[in-house]
Amino acid sequence: MSMRLMSFLKQWRGTAKEAFENVSIVAKFLCLLHVTDRYIISTTHVHGPSMLPTLNLTGDVILAEHLSHRFGKIGLGDVVLVRSPRDPNRMVTKRILGLEGDRLTFSADPLVGDASVSVMVPKGHVWIQGDNLYASTDSRHFGPIPYSLIEGKALLRVWPPEYFGSLR
Amino acid sequence: MGIQNILWQVAKKSFTGSIIGLTISDRCCSVVPVRGDSMSPTFNPQRNSYLDDYVLVDKFCLKDYKFARGDVVVFSSPTNFGDRYIKRIVGMPGEWISSSRDVIRVPEGHCWVEGDNKTSSLDSRTFGPIPLGLIQGRVTRVLWPPQRISKIGQ
Repeated sequence: MSMRLMSFLKQWRGTAKEAFENVSIVAKFLCLLHVTDRYIISTTHVHGPSMLPTLNLTGDVILAEHLSHRFGKIGLGDVVLVRSPRDPNRMVTKRILGLEGDRLTFSADPLVGDASVSVMVPKGHVWIQGDNLYASTDSRHFGPIPYSLIEGKALLRVWPPEYFGSLR
Repeated sequence: MGIQNILWQVAKKSFTGSIIGLTISDRCCSVVPVRGDSMSPTFNPQRNSYLDDYVLVDKFCLKDYKFARGDVVVFSSPTNFGDRYIKRIVGMPGEWISSSRDVIRVPEGHCWVEGDNKTSSLDSRTFGPIPLGLIQGRVTRVLWPPQRISKIGQ
């Protein structure tokens, strides 16, 4: 009686060890996925009219890298992924048009008139703008954003395939 | 070669260990030291730097960015990219804060942070409300020194 119990437990221990090893392989893979996605490179689906004509209205998938902003290597003209200052759960894609210390002049409301506003970007901040000035909520509305809100730099577009390539 | 094999094993194990550690520290919780006395007496009640408090920072709250007034949070500095501060949230979006000269409304998606030690704290009274997206975690407990292990309240 106890012999059967002992052999049953030995069998169970073998299977449990195998199950644990498989689970730990999956866990290590998920951790690697997280680190790659957050610190190295990732794909993002972007949609909306604010970056026309660079990005399409109906949605593109772009490849973004997450290394440049950690070393401070974001420059003028880069298309970046930033966390929206109005809603921290949303990511927006815009272009950097001003670094800290730059003085910028922009048209306050391009639909209405020519009144222009001049502003200087404070320390630790950047000025972001969508390429489509008429349909973009950006630094002209919420002001310069802290550099730390930048989460990635767009590299190239991977979908739709007929527009594959760098963003210009 | 035995040495080469051992080195390779050590390298593999430390690589996997660091990947797992990074994931846990990003998604679950991490331990950070508290520098300075801007949060006295909650943290660092004395000024000795060899007795700095170490606190547990919870990262589960970053899933939806749900915070409340009274939370102590770690956030990236809006003026110096790379610096991190620990302060308490005293104003959530839509609330009115009275600063030295006037009354300010905290804009949506932002929060007003202040240190508990109002006399020596660099906080929203200087750099204004900060976007909630700058927050990197919420402090839940003090872990070191052992006689100060405690939960953080309001």
